[in-house]
Amino acid sequence: MSENAHNPHTGRDGDNHPEGHDHAEEHEPIIHEAAPSYYEILEISIRELLTEKGILRPEEIRRQIEVLDSRSPALGAKMVVKAWLDPAYRSRLVQNGNAAAEEMGISIYDNTKLTVLENTPGVHHVIVCTLCSCYPRPILGLPPDWYKSKEYRSRTVREPRAVLAEFGTLIPEEVQVIVQDSTASERYMVLPLRPAGTENFNAEELEALVTRDTMIGVALPSISN
Amino acid sequence: MKSATDYNPATYTVGEQVRIAMKFPVGHYRVPMYMRGRTVTISKNLGRHINPEEEAFGRNAGNESWYYMVRIPQTELWQEYNGPDTDMLEIEIFENWLEPIKKDIT
Repeated sequence: MSENAHNPHTGRDGDNHPEGHDHAEEHEPIIHEAAPSYYEILEISIRELLTEKGILRPEEIRRQIEVLDSRSPALGAKMVVKAWLDPAYRSRLVQNGNAAAEEMGISIYDNTKLTVLENTPGVHHVIVCTLCSCYPRPILGLPPDWYKSKEYRSRTVREPRAVLAEFGTLIPEEVQVIVQDSTASERYMVLPLRPAGTENFNAEELEALVTRDTMIGVALPSISN
Repeated sequence: MKSATDYNPATYTVGEQVRIAMKFPVGHYRVPMYMRGRTVTISKNLGRHINPEEEAFGRNAGNESWYYMVRIPQTELWQEYNGPDTDMLEIEIFENWLEPIKKDIT
């Protein structure tokens, strides 16, 4: 089963039991505010067909959603900090993102290839998916809503410095900005620069600086945040 | 399991200039409109991967294709770009969307 970039489960209210049978419920009936959308109906239909035909068991679908929801930027932050502290890990991470993630017990469950974009004093990377919402979910979890917005997707390729400035990130003219449009099989994570003044920080303190946005490239790790 | 030598070699090499096809087929395509027809430089050979154009219709087996990282300066991409000349855009493109640069006919 290929999960790719799209979580097929929309689970609107968290109340659609796959079995669809009645429970002896004590609480007030749950009322749907709006009719399900075309894509929600499509998702439910395909999911039910897959289980009826015995291709997937409800338990497998439930488990995969649990895996998706268990991921968060804390995993990416651990990889970044390990790369800051351990030059050998850093080169393995830049060489082969999947192997470097798996080495830390982080499975890349969606058949994508993780490429790590190394920021340097002269180069800043920023990631966007103009076509949809390709995002390194195994190591960062679900993308933020703004990442999926048409504004972010269309403007980041066209005027990246203006978009970054709106995030409060000013990149000097002498630093090259590389926009990475993520469109197919690769997923990207930015390896940000370790900020000055963190020489005495331990791993945990460093991980707190490596937020989600610093790994998308719209922010820089900073000790003043 | 096929080994790498069972495949045709990659057509393009790193550093080579190529053109992204200007075509508008019906189906599922992972080449954004703004990149079509652009002249780009191959920056990395990314190996082979299942072509999403085929995968979208369930044809997964044996449809791997070479794909590349290509780059283009932002100032070439957008006429109104007002950042430094060194700013770049990078994107993955499958080989079936790349064309050799035609020599000028004078």
